[in-house]
Amino acid sequence: MGQVKSLADLRKIKEELQGRMSLRENSNNPESLVQVKVAMATCGIASGAKQVMDFFIEEFEKRNIQAVVTQTGCMGYCFAEPTVEITLPGHSPVVYGYVDTKKADDIIEKYIKNGELVDGIIPVNYETIEKK
Amino acid sequence: MHILVCGGTGCHASESESLLSHLKSIVADKGLDKEIQVIATGCFGFCEKGPIVKIMPDNTFYTQVTPADAREIIEEHIIKGRKVNRLLYQDPENKEHIADSKHMGFYKKQIRIALRNCGFIDPENIDEYISRDGYEALAKCLTEMTPQQVIEEMKKSGLRGRGGGGFSTGLKWEITSKSVSDVKYVVCNADEGDPGAFMDRSILEGDPHSVIEAMAICGYCIGASIGLVYIRAEYPLAIDRLKTAIAQAREYGLLGNGILGTGFAFDIELRYGAGAFVCGEETALIHSMEGLRGEPTVKPPFPSVSGYFEKPTNVNNVETFANVPVIINKGAAWFASIGTEKSKGTKVFALAGKINNVGLIEVPMGTTLREVIYEIGGGIKDGKKFKAVQTGGPSGGCLTEKHLDSPIDYDNLIAAGSMMGSGGMIVMDEDDCMVSIAKFYLDFTVEESCGKCAPCRIGNKRLYEILDKLTKGNGTREDIDRLRNLSQVIKDTALCGLGQTSPNPVLSTIENFWDEYIEHVTDKKCRSGQCKALLQYVIEPENCVGCTACARNCPVNAISGERKGVHLIDQTTCIKCGACLEKCKFNAVFIK
Repeated sequence: MGQVKSLADLRKIKEELQGRMSLRENSNNPESLVQVKVAMATCGIASGAKQVMDFFIEEFEKRNIQAVVTQTGCMGYCFAEPTVEITLPGHSPVVYGYVDTKKADDIIEKYIKNGELVDGIIPVNYETIEKK
Repeated sequence: MHILVCGGTGCHASESESLLSHLKSIVADKGLDKEIQVIATGCFGFCEKGPIVKIMPDNTFYTQVTPADAREIIEEHIIKGRKVNRLLYQDPENKEHIADSKHMGFYKKQIRIALRNCGFIDPENIDEYISRDGYEALAKCLTEMTPQQVIEEMKKSGLRGRGGGGFSTGLKWEITSKSVSDVKYVVCNADEGDPGAFMDRSILEGDPHSVIEAMAICGYCIGASIGLVYIRAEYPLAIDRLKTAIAQAREYGLLGNGILGTGFAFDIELRYGAGAFVCGEETALIHSMEGLRGEPTVKPPFPSVSGYFEKPTNVNNVETFANVPVIINKGAAWFASIGTEKSKGTKVFALAGKINNVGLIEVPMGTTLREVIYEIGGGIKDGKKFKAVQTGGPSGGCLTEKHLDSPIDYDNLIAAGSMMGSGGMIVMDEDDCMVSIAKFYLDFTVEESCGKCAPCRIGNKRLYEILDKLTKGNGTREDIDRLRNLSQVIKDTALCGLGQTSPNPVLSTIENFWDEYIEHVTDKKCRSGQCKALLQYVIEPENCVGCTACARNCPVNAISGERKGVHLIDQTTCIKCGACLEKCKFNAVFIK
């Protein structure tokens, strides 16, 4: 993408991206992708988030699941690292804590494939500025 | 449908496990296990009213559910679709039953402003930041507002420095903007040094662009074209992400010359700190950036008049900057509507210590410590008793039970003998000895004192020695008075913030835990068993079966006794390592 030259440019980029992001976030389109966000701040990485993220990327490929795996910052649940947020198309995001590769396997098989929740969900306990 | 049962420590202690198995077996009995899933979750953070059961998707929130309630929940709610009213959460004010968690006050306790993108966007992708209103505030300032208007907006918002001092950010910008000079600087203080604090690191790791954007806005206001981030070298990931973000912003033309088609130029460079606590003090920070020793100098002149290489310099903390774009986008009035009269907005805290939900939280100013510790933090680990909470790091103090219900803001914390600090919050339970805690912080300050002024260099060392004497059982009543006097002298005479606040942990623990200090000097006792010199390991003859486990594991051979005979610990040889206590299977070893 080229340089952003004005506020109008910036807003245009934002609109394009929001279209893309909201497709990823709230789409009801069953064909859209599963989204996996791994909290990769120092606390997460120290407790093994990197391995978990690699595991998700490799396994999705092996098991032929269409999904986007991205990294993000600290979600704030440092007691339960590594934490992973999974958004199934058309569902609200679910955060899992204490995710190791074994748990990740469980999440893929049960939650991502069949929509069955797995033990160890961390409830969201904050408000965002959009709601305020 | 899903039934979520809290599996956190607090609820676990109140039989949530048996509740879970009851629910599961009843669901199976009714042949509903295909449609209904029973799941254990992490802590809901509402341990006071545990065990918690939540029914999805209708968000029904049941509190204090016992295993005996399982059948009613399934038969009434799941099968007949009628909520079990007596188990619903009751609003403490109007006594109404609240059916779903969205309307519970508790879930409104955290608002994320500074952390708005943390854990939400990919920090290494500028597009994700832009899609969440990123750089819109900068664009708005550059094209629609004059620097003075932006400063006015900042002043109206009531934002105060989040690094600890609490100085008005708008006012600081105004003073720097009025200083006349050819070159000015914007400095971001990312030298987060309080033990247990990690808010700034998390913001830089999770949302570096918000800091970059805010620094550019500040540059526009004060008339600076260079921004410097002073960051400690111990934060390699934060440095990496910040570098990536700066490179991306340059590529998009959001840093550099002619930003957004205007004549405004601004760029950011990094400066690395070696991790000295004193370099969080702004004058020391500036000297360190200049390549000099990290030592503070007397203010005035303030950096806003004469700072980096004697040019006017505006120093703000990471979290302060992270609030700026939101204030511009949503307006000063919106921001000022959150918080208390004199402290606006939210504060990020790094919750650590003996608490269930160690983590990063952001609460509006005016939230009470009780809400933070028991509701958001999920209470004290292993069901122990709360003793104190330390805020403000080595410059702060310990607050106790009696402060739990006072609202957190800059002024209240100072009135209570502590301070906001950068936002570290360390929770202590009944196993922590307050004299040792004071000693721990003094040890830190002695280590970190730059040595320039005598009160801090020598005074703190003496404070440490007296505290050490107390923990070894050699203290006297006079020592406590000496601690108090010396603390006052250091506070009054030290050169910079580090020295002026370093006696705070001592003074606040003496004030709040007087009994414990007296016990250490008169009874030579430490009630929490932390001061090793003050305790004795003894073997209770009635329980000892003579298994020799203690004697075999004693590293200094202080335990004597025949096989199948009663053993005895020789107190003069004992080093109080506790190995015997750990190894004894017959509860025969005691701490006296």
